Amino acid sequence: MKLAIASGKGGTGKTTVALCLALSADGPVRLLDCDVEEPNCHLFLKPQIRQYDAVTLPVPMVDAAKCDGCGECRRLCQSNAIALLKGKAVVFPELCHSCGGCAKICPTGAIHEVEREIGFVEQGASNSVEFVTGSLNVGQPVAPAVIRAVKRHAASTGLTILDCPPGTSCAMVASVRDADHVLLVTEPTPFGLHDLKLAVATVRELGRSFSVVINRADAGDGRVVEYCRTESIPVRLQIPEDRRIAEAYSRGESVLPVTPGLREDFRQLLAEVTR
Amino acid sequence: MKIAVTSSGATLDAPVDPRFGRAAWFVVVEVATGAFTVHDNTQNLNAAQGAGIQTAETVSRLGVEVVITGHCGPKAFRALQVAGIQAVTGATGTVREAIERFQKGEVKQATSADVEGHWA
Repeated sequence: MKLAIASGKGGTGKTTVALCLALSADGPVRLLDCDVEEPNCHLFLKPQIRQYDAVTLPVPMVDAAKCDGCGECRRLCQSNAIALLKGKAVVFPELCHSCGGCAKICPTGAIHEVEREIGFVEQGASNSVEFVTGSLNVGQPVAPAVIRAVKRHAASTGLTILDCPPGTSCAMVASVRDADHVLLVTEPTPFGLHDLKLAVATVRELGRSFSVVINRADAGDGRVVEYCRTESIPVRLQIPEDRRIAEAYSRGESVLPVTPGLREDFRQLLAEVTR
Repeated sequence: MKIAVTSSGATLDAPVDPRFGRAAWFVVVEVATGAFTVHDNTQNLNAAQGAGIQTAETVSRLGVEVVITGHCGPKAFRALQVAGIQAVTGATGTVREAIERFQKGEVKQATSADVEGHWA
């Protein structure tokens, strides 16, 4: 069972919910931090890291002696990663999406692929939680490749929880696209509702089963609840606005002990979505 | 010698477009004669990514030796370098004024990108 925690709007509490679920689960659980541009689950779990693997992508390398400047590679490239300058193909690897097409189409065999490091994946454990996290190197634009590398560590049996990146762009889609269920965490504000609608449209397009968690539930107004009722989207849990939760979070601690009954709420939620 | 100035319009009196890769237009001037041509950069302006690189390729194809613009990011700067094109950044005012300042020798060649990528 892959349970993805996504949101649309950033800062709604994805990490809080993902951690609470992982720490409330009864059986073995694996937590994947897919927010590779700003991973943060490790700050709370403080895991023992036992494995580090670089993530690489194949990018083209041009042999200038063989390149006759025909421009086939440049016309094929949808990422604008190749320019024809002074009659030679010049590669800008940071823009490459590694489709491999340029190397295949080159009539003179001037292009071969080399591996380029763009990030890394770490594996470890913290008490009962098996933990995997990915990190995209600063300045690299292709997050989905690192996310896919993280997701290769999803458990084949049992529960895997994915803490996903915010937004509804490629990184979020790469994270949630094969989830068995997506929990969309939102807040009862106009911004939360606006981005929730985008996230709902995205997971519907992807054909995912999904439901909603409202965080800081009494901070705003009732429009998120109203929207979910109109759209027949289940609201699984409403987490109260509570300064003690924010304080525990800011100290890098679990927020479960702060609010009586919270652990039981998350157990109940897990039971519902994994049924 | 041909020089290219990034322009927000298709005339010499249009303001210099401060962006290089996503400039609206290029005015290409033959310095010796003052003859000029204008070039629409819409295709690169709307590129999802790599606008600066492709724009560098465009000016390279036009046989330009110097580019005068407002700002130039790192990838565009590298592409211009590979193409053997000098970059002059910090241009303001109209295209005509930018050309005059260049002719009077009042500008100097940029030695590096002056902004991060995606600055505007």
